[in-house]
Amino acid sequence: MTDPAPRLDREVIAMRVAREFRDGEVVNLGIGIPTLCSDFVPPDVEIMYHSESGLLNCGPLADEGEGDVDLINAGGQFLSPIPGMAYFDSAEAFAMIRGGHIDVTALGALQVSAMGDLANWFLPARGVGNVGGAMDLAAGAKRVIVAMEHNGRDGSSKIVPECSYPLTGKGCVSLVVTDIAVIEVLPAGQGLQLIEHAPGWDAASIQSQTDAEFSVSTDLTEITLV
Amino acid sequence: MPINKTVNSFAEAVSDISDGSVVMIGGFGGAGGMPHLLMLALRDQGARNLTIIGNTAGIAAPTGFGWPEGIEPIDHAVLIENGQIAKVIASFPVSGSVSRPNAFEKGFRAGEIELELVPQGTLAERMRAAGAGIAAFYTPTAAGTMLADGKETRVFDGREYVLEEALHADFALVRAKTADTLGNLAYAGTSRTFNPPMAMAAKVTIAEVDEIVEPGGIDPDRVDTPSIYVKRIAARPPASEGGVALP
Repeated sequence: MTDPAPRLDREVIAMRVAREFRDGEVVNLGIGIPTLCSDFVPPDVEIMYHSESGLLNCGPLADEGEGDVDLINAGGQFLSPIPGMAYFDSAEAFAMIRGGHIDVTALGALQVSAMGDLANWFLPARGVGNVGGAMDLAAGAKRVIVAMEHNGRDGSSKIVPECSYPLTGKGCVSLVVTDIAVIEVLPAGQGLQLIEHAPGWDAASIQSQTDAEFSVSTDLTEITLV
Repeated sequence: MPINKTVNSFAEAVSDISDGSVVMIGGFGGAGGMPHLLMLALRDQGARNLTIIGNTAGIAAPTGFGWPEGIEPIDHAVLIENGQIAKVIASFPVSGSVSRPNAFEKGFRAGEIELELVPQGTLAERMRAAGAGIAAFYTPTAAGTMLADGKETRVFDGREYVLEEALHADFALVRAKTADTLGNLAYAGTSRTFNPPMAMAAKVTIAEVDEIVEPGGIDPDRVDTPSIYVKRIAARPPASEGGVALP
């Protein structure tokens, strides 16, 4: 089935995810689309970033050529310092994650299931993968938001009844933001609910791109970015 | 005799690492916090059939992860390409880029190197546990995933946890900014990462540092790794004195 309207680009997905961050929250951003979220946090919302590289609070990415090897994020990118940062070792960085001290994490995904299971670390075709901090974040963050394209490059649905890729965590995802929809994972195994659609898309056209069944919110709206 | 853990060369620092040893290698994956000169000395020393434990198995060489432009990265590949590594225990063993595989991935595919994949937080906590005399602990991380396969699980308060055992090593090669001669260590910024838990977990911890100062040269309130965990320290020669220009 052809798309009824253009899909949102990665920056717009990140923009929508950033609207989920509340003033004062501690946020951990994964690699990929989530990294872009920091550009779109509303000016009246002050958040603190946590990174597995052992820091709490940081400035934006360092300017080209200005990098300090002792100030990186989990993706190995150089950051700029700001007042009020804290550094710590890996055991403590993950105590913060598992201990429930991270309010929100935004992660990329290969698949999300109807029960909120997340698969984002292992591509069977490669035969070896990096788990990094993904399983700790999936298990420990208070809220896990997935930011991803709705379909794979081959057109396959990434929102599925059950994940076929190896899991990162079971029932951990609470919200999925894609290039055509925003879908909530309802509590207590009640499945998925469509709450927002991209411009020009409706529930039927989104369902046709989605292997997992979802219910439709009575308050279904177009994706709002401001 | 005043205590002084300084050794005169990196070669001397690693001279007793024998074939089959389990060796932790500090850092996160980039240039910061990684003991480059200890790794090069271990390569030159030549011990074989080693198990190395680290966050990565060398991801800087293929992608430049955490390295400044214009400097050729040094990572675990110096040991892997020299045929010294039999097993890797890591959370992020392969290159982030599928099209630019690292030396470990080639060795793994060739069946030459074994892999134990461990979630990053579990890896750090297993080291901390080893250093703290804790035999094992229950963590929610990896419950219901293939990384919990074959492991004991238990439900606490309605939630499933996985039993993970302490991770010990014969040697830890760590990197700090400053050491005093007693072996107290202070790190810089995000270069702390795995160095403190590794320093606790090994029988012999060897620190590569930018400078060695007299006792009192590090404010006791600013000591990150207390000297009790450190056996040997070796200072990087300044680039101006023929040292390698490395970050």
